[in-house]
Amino acid sequence: MEMKAKVYVTLKKGVLDPQGKAVMGALKSMDFGEVSDVRVGKFMELELEGGSKDEEEKRLKEMCERLLANTVIENYRIEIE
Amino acid sequence: MKFGIIVFPGSNCDHDCYHVVKHVFGQKAEYIWHKDTGLKGFDCLILPGGFSYGDYLRTGAIARFSPVMNEVVSFADKGGLVLGICNGFQVLTEAGLLPGVLMRNRDLKFICKETSVRVENNRTAFTSSYRQGEPVRIPIAHADGNYYADPDTVKALEDNGRVVFRYSTPSGEATPEANPNGSVNNIAGITNSAGNVLGMMPHPERAAESELGSTDGRGVFESIIHAFSGCCEGHDHHGHGQKTHG
Repeated sequence: MEMKAKVYVTLKKGVLDPQGKAVMGALKSMDFGEVSDVRVGKFMELELEGGSKDEEEKRLKEMCERLLANTVIENYRIEIE
Repeated sequence: MKFGIIVFPGSNCDHDCYHVVKHVFGQKAEYIWHKDTGLKGFDCLILPGGFSYGDYLRTGAIARFSPVMNEVVSFADKGGLVLGICNGFQVLTEAGLLPGVLMRNRDLKFICKETSVRVENNRTAFTSSYRQGEPVRIPIAHADGNYYADPDTVKALEDNGRVVFRYSTPSGEATPEANPNGSVNNIAGITNSAGNVLGMMPHPERAAESELGSTDGRGVFESIIHAFSGCCEGHDHHGHGQKTHG
């Protein structure tokens, strides 16, 4: 079965995001004063040829735990289409 | 004593490490390609600085799955000495041999400059040549050196003398101003709980000859050589168990 998966990797709460802070500073200087915080993360699209959706979800979880995210500082979210 | 220097695609301090070990300290040294397996006869493994796999995804994240890393892990598990410098430190954290993670520098810049670090623990195989609390000058060169771990992990590191180097002023004060990259508690180098794996962001191999401005990095190599000769004198120089590999 051909599937597409979307993986979102974001910094955990409480982990300082200097990149997000820099982007926020830029937005503020551009007169977007309503922005109170920015967190920069990663978005990955995977094309897969796998078994069932359940099975592939399990394997995607493993991919995230082992490589795609560093769970010391990052959370991940998986969407399968 | 024989050093093995791991070469990942994108390593760029491998030659510096080789030069220092071989030509400055007169020890045996050999490069180890990241696809090699079945390592034999090494007494210390060095993971050098650089940009392994272009730092793609996260620094060290892909190098950590190089075939040679299984060898590094089992070498370390048997008590072999492993030194990770800069990118090598990042690889060791990704591989789980050291806790925490090296994040983007606080000010988002690549920083290449001489820094002072204080020797926080000189009772390790990597620091016995230094005086306790001694400030030493060793350069840093990184964009991702901002050490982070959760508070429990940091406490465990601090309580057990596993913080080995801390960014400080030239006189040895670990002030916020002396912290170049935002590392928690000014941490510049840590060991694992057994004390046989050290990761450090500063480059001791770049401070091992007076022509380069500082010889303060020599102590790391001297300590390793001393630790080895101390534990293996009279033996066949295979004291760390790696003979059983493969």
